[in-house]
Amino acid sequence: MVDRTKVIRFVAKPIFFLAALGPAVYLTWAALTNHLSANPLSDVTNETGVWTLRFICITLLVTPLRNVTGWNALVRFRRMAGLYAFFYGTLHFLTYVILDRFAGLVDFPDGIVSLTTAHNLTTSIIGDIAMRPFITVGFTAFVLMIPLAITSTTGWIRRLGGKRWALLHRLVYATAIAGVVHYWWLVKADIRRPMIYGAIVAVLLGFRLVRKIRSVRVKAALRLKPDPTTIR
Amino acid sequence: MLIKKPSDIRSSEITPKELYQTRRQFIKTAGMAAGAAVGVGVLTKGAAVLHAVQPAAHRAKLPNVKPNPAMSNTNGEVKNTWEQITTYNNYYEFGIDKNDPAELSRNFKTDGWMVDVSGECAKKGKYSIDDILKGETVEERVYRHRCVEAWSMVIPWDGIPLSNFIKRCEPTGKATHVKFSTALDTKQMPGVRSDVLDWPYVEGLRMDEAMHPLTILVVGLYGEPLPNQDGAPIRLAVPWKYGFKHVKSINKIEFVTKEPLNTWQRSAPNEYGFYANVNPMVDHPRWSQGTERRIGEFLKRRTLMFNGYADQVQSMYSNLDLKKKF
Repeated sequence: MVDRTKVIRFVAKPIFFLAALGPAVYLTWAALTNHLSANPLSDVTNETGVWTLRFICITLLVTPLRNVTGWNALVRFRRMAGLYAFFYGTLHFLTYVILDRFAGLVDFPDGIVSLTTAHNLTTSIIGDIAMRPFITVGFTAFVLMIPLAITSTTGWIRRLGGKRWALLHRLVYATAIAGVVHYWWLVKADIRRPMIYGAIVAVLLGFRLVRKIRSVRVKAALRLKPDPTTIR
Repeated sequence: MLIKKPSDIRSSEITPKELYQTRRQFIKTAGMAAGAAVGVGVLTKGAAVLHAVQPAAHRAKLPNVKPNPAMSNTNGEVKNTWEQITTYNNYYEFGIDKNDPAELSRNFKTDGWMVDVSGECAKKGKYSIDDILKGETVEERVYRHRCVEAWSMVIPWDGIPLSNFIKRCEPTGKATHVKFSTALDTKQMPGVRSDVLDWPYVEGLRMDEAMHPLTILVVGLYGEPLPNQDGAPIRLAVPWKYGFKHVKSINKIEFVTKEPLNTWQRSAPNEYGFYANVNPMVDHPRWSQGTERRIGEFLKRRTLMFNGYADQVQSMYSNLDLKKKF
């Protein structure tokens, strides 16, 4: 008979995998076939950034949704969602390095492929991260995802131990907040879109906070209540 | 009459336990998929929907447009295409995304357009586009256009020197500045329903800037009537200033006695000033103005002082601290 574990593994997960790859495939196709705006380089940068934020939201949605619906199977999609956030974040960072920093060097005194170019590019990136707050915070959001991507394997969960692993992976909260701030600080006048993400992240993190407060209260209440067996 | 008893149901017709459990599983999975779809749908609202837009339709050429060879020197830079100039626009009255104006301004009606001239001048009143162009030669001028967002284009505008029209309005000696407003049409401009900026859009120039020979009132593009998304029927081009100074769809010109508060300065005074002269030495607080991306190119270019028009305009600013008066 059909085994739900197998359904998830061989049907649901591959579907999720392909669906999550969709935006990257579409973006590549659209860029190559002239279906983006007159400034496709800017479109690619924006879209990869927004998709990073979306996958962070999806990752953060797993636990609350699981708690509310009782669908424990959801947790089996969390790693993939998180790794897709890292995937789009990496693409976003690379577009920044190539389309913004590299293309912005303007001069290539020793040719494009040269040590001078590598040096100038590095200086330009470091300077930019240090100088521009919205880049600083965006870069932070990205860097914080790296240890999470590395330790996403079952082996690392075992090595770290569930509790420590879970603690480490709370870094994603910081990534989510920094990602929203990064978006907020870069828009010109219309903050409606960053606000949408800000609201979603606030709800998802707020849910956790409320649960945490409740569980602390319940524990405290249980501790206060005298155990009837010890009553003399 | 024969009535089947419940026991007549054959055991093979009874849904086996595994199957109905699988069905429940299927319903759950379908529910999850639907939930995910809704979630993705909500998130999709959080960004521009990418799709190609149609450029402005071509129309009959304007009569008697003469190229101005002295104003067509862009150092051999290539003109941007009709498609680029009419699909990539900042015109918040028609939406905040670059492709919004091309789509949402399509049915904008500009027939019978009137420009209301008022303030410190002798010839107040309403001027039609024909009145404004009366006795003028419409010139084609190829100008570099630099947006404050660090992208740029090279655009063949068709227009007349603003100074010619100002002289006809006969401003008084008290007038120090000219204030321009974009039409505010809540019926035809869907973007003004949002409060992303204060409407109507207001811009201004000092009198000497307004009278400068490079400053033009634009009525055409590539020899055709100005497309709606580019500010039909009449807009400003001030090529040494950032694009937001080039006020579109002008319906009001006022001669005033003090510096008007322009819309972007009102929106973020630490980021946008009154002058908005293109200046690679003065960065936007959040990004560099040292380089720009010409639409259609991969490598960026160095931004030129006063957008490359320094020889013609810098004398106007010799007494001005350009870092403070950005």
